[in-house]
Amino acid sequence: MWKITAAPDTPLLYVLSNELGLQGPRFGCGLAQCGSCSVLVEGVETRSCVTPVASIGSKSVTTLEGLPSWYARQKGLSKAPALHPVQQAMIDEQALQCGYCYNGMIIKAAELLSKIPQPSEAQIRSAMNGHLCRCGTYPRITKAIQRASRMIPEVSK
Amino acid sequence: MTSVPTGTAFPRRDFLKGGGALIIGFSLCGAAFGQEGVDLVALATGPDQPDLKQLDTWLAIHADNTATIFLGYVELGQGSSTALLQIAAEELDLDISQVKSARLDTNRSPNQGATAASAAIARGGPRVRSAAAEARRTLLTMASKRLNAAIDRLTVSNGIVSVVDNPKRTVAYGALLGDKPFDVPFTGTAPLKPVSAYKIVGTRVPRKDIPDKVSGKYVYIQHVRVAGMLHGRVVRPRGQSAYAAGAKVLSVDESSVRNIPNARIIRRRDFIGVVAPNEWDAIRAAEQLKVTWQVMPELPGHADVYDQMRAAKTTDVVLKESGDVVAALDRAAHVVSRTYRGPYQAHAPFGPACALARVTADSAVVMCSTQNAYDTRGKLAQVLGMPAGKVRVQYYEGSGTFGRSCYDDAAQAAAILSQEVGKPVRVQFMRWDELGWDNYGPAHLADVRAGVDANGTIVAYEYRGWQHGWSTTETSQQYLFRQRNTTDSRWLGVLNAVAQAAGWMPRRAAARLSDANVVTGRGIAVGTHLSSYAAAIAEIEVSKDTGRIVAKHLYGALDAGLAVNPAFIENQISGMLVQATSRILKEEVTFSRTNVTSLDWNSYPVLRFEEYPEVTPIVIQRMDQKSSGAGEEALCSAAAAIANAFFDATGARLRQYPLTPNRVLAALSQDESN
Repeated sequence: MWKITAAPDTPLLYVLSNELGLQGPRFGCGLAQCGSCSVLVEGVETRSCVTPVASIGSKSVTTLEGLPSWYARQKGLSKAPALHPVQQAMIDEQALQCGYCYNGMIIKAAELLSKIPQPSEAQIRSAMNGHLCRCGTYPRITKAIQRASRMIPEVSK
Repeated sequence: MTSVPTGTAFPRRDFLKGGGALIIGFSLCGAAFGQEGVDLVALATGPDQPDLKQLDTWLAIHADNTATIFLGYVELGQGSSTALLQIAAEELDLDISQVKSARLDTNRSPNQGATAASAAIARGGPRVRSAAAEARRTLLTMASKRLNAAIDRLTVSNGIVSVVDNPKRTVAYGALLGDKPFDVPFTGTAPLKPVSAYKIVGTRVPRKDIPDKVSGKYVYIQHVRVAGMLHGRVVRPRGQSAYAAGAKVLSVDESSVRNIPNARIIRRRDFIGVVAPNEWDAIRAAEQLKVTWQVMPELPGHADVYDQMRAAKTTDVVLKESGDVVAALDRAAHVVSRTYRGPYQAHAPFGPACALARVTADSAVVMCSTQNAYDTRGKLAQVLGMPAGKVRVQYYEGSGTFGRSCYDDAAQAAAILSQEVGKPVRVQFMRWDELGWDNYGPAHLADVRAGVDANGTIVAYEYRGWQHGWSTTETSQQYLFRQRNTTDSRWLGVLNAVAQAAGWMPRRAAARLSDANVVTGRGIAVGTHLSSYAAAIAEIEVSKDTGRIVAKHLYGALDAGLAVNPAFIENQISGMLVQATSRILKEEVTFSRTNVTSLDWNSYPVLRFEEYPEVTPIVIQRMDQKSSGAGEEALCSAAAAIANAFFDATGARLRQYPLTPNRVLAALSQDESN
């Protein structure tokens, strides 16, 4: 058991990175413009770089590392898979280049598929529009999300 | 308290409010820190310049029959580290799963210069191939003695050497050498496997870095932490002033950060930074610290930059001149003179530069995402005032940088701060540091004249360019591109491949103009960066009332010689088509009369998810040719194809990019006959 003290206005990102040693959320702009720091707060994609840690209160926070467990709970699986289907699909499509933005891409795509299991291309583009990729891998991300949507069993809970 | 798996949601009981601060209690099964086990003290020792003429500098064979390849080029997200391992595995007759690469480290890795200008495979590949072949030859010599069989009767598969007519007599590489050094010179004389025998090179091996990158296990430079380190930030004006003018400090008001007691201000001449044990304290202190900067020389202001370039005193350099262009223009049946303008553009890596340094009285270890570790080491040695041999640089991947951005600056800032405070310091730039203090791609202005004869053959071409303090004149009686286009089978190869993929049917450009509000057009272009052959086709839509261009579909064909891994090159082409769309339609560094003003993703917009074109990448595999660059060779053709597509759609030409709605509307309202 570790105890960590943080000023209430500290953005969640720095607590996750420095106190908890998590590698999913990462700094990209500090301005909520790019999405590299995204986490799920109660299942909702949230920019941790501008979210004061005090505002989290009793809410649950899921990072990239916790996504397979989050998926298992969502789908009522007895055991968490090694990877969330979106993560596996990113590998299958060999989508990445540098991969720095993929924390946010994967988090946002997981949120999207939890709400719309079979999104259209237009729905994918619209949902992902707040996440930037400088390497130009958007087309492959779309393909990976479509692939993941086919991997996720339709019946859940 | 029950244990919470690393990185999973931490539930409500883990957040306990206490006093003025939020206290988070949790337990971890498996410590999240120390993944890299970075031991900075141990790192500070060791040889300072690995000997390129020793085989052990290039690779090691382990007892478990695997190999570590010491690469002199770094992974930047293109997959080149996996491709270089394919080359090594091929020559060693190992499976791709039996080879891994080591982190690039100035005290361990061969110095092969910068990972830049698409060099990793073109220049790095031959050395890796040669070293692996020599290692195989050395191992076979050892196996020959062990198995008491002549070398020409030995065969190798997955690192197991066996005798041709007696396959039960075998010995593994690992048993021959197992973790011991070769201790032989690297002569470069071992024969190479013939291309016709390749089983791994030329195939679509998956990238080795991707699984850890999607799971969150991959250690980017931004993740590296060491015990006892401080967080540092640099303090400087928001946005640089005139190039190379720097920023001179007049005064520092230390009382302005008195409310952050743990933050310490560090000043060395005009360099100012802050350090603090807590990262948020360092960020807040750097933002709050009041510094009065000397007013710097005036910039031309955004609108006037091209006029100033033309008016400036220049030193002319002739890069190429052949024939008498003036006479050829006089003879031409038609002459076209046009001026083209391109803005300053940023490298704009997605994650700002980051570095971690531990500097002591007589040594330094600096971890950063440099594309040229040895060059960075030399600069750090200068800044720190110690011999280069005392400085060790280790590469950790950052985000894609697309050229020399701010990673040297971050490394030097971390080193200076560590030297001042006597502790390890991690510096991460803020978004405005990266976009505001980049070593930008320079703006350029070009006057181009071209003449064609009555048959439409180009007979004269003159290019006069102004670029950031230098200008060029290129003249040629026969436009080089045209000559290549008609005679060189590799240019024709990419041109035909892209045309076939896009179903291109020849017709006169701008022959199908329409009165509709949204019109479509297509354009084609060829181009290169340094060494390869690329062609692109763009299909676009233009909205006449908003001036907005939408890139619908881009096709790109690239001939980069022997494609070690065609899948990686397809990914590179796709990325280039998207980034070229971003650069030609959106990107532009802006500045006032005093500072750069494009400091975030709103003021320096890049292409977004809703704007990307469908992409079709085509790799021309040339097993009989040397590998050449694949990282940036298709950018120019893709951008030019979009500009040509605009003409096809509207009958109007845009000669200044980015092709923003304002410029589109202005072009559409002008008479194009001028």
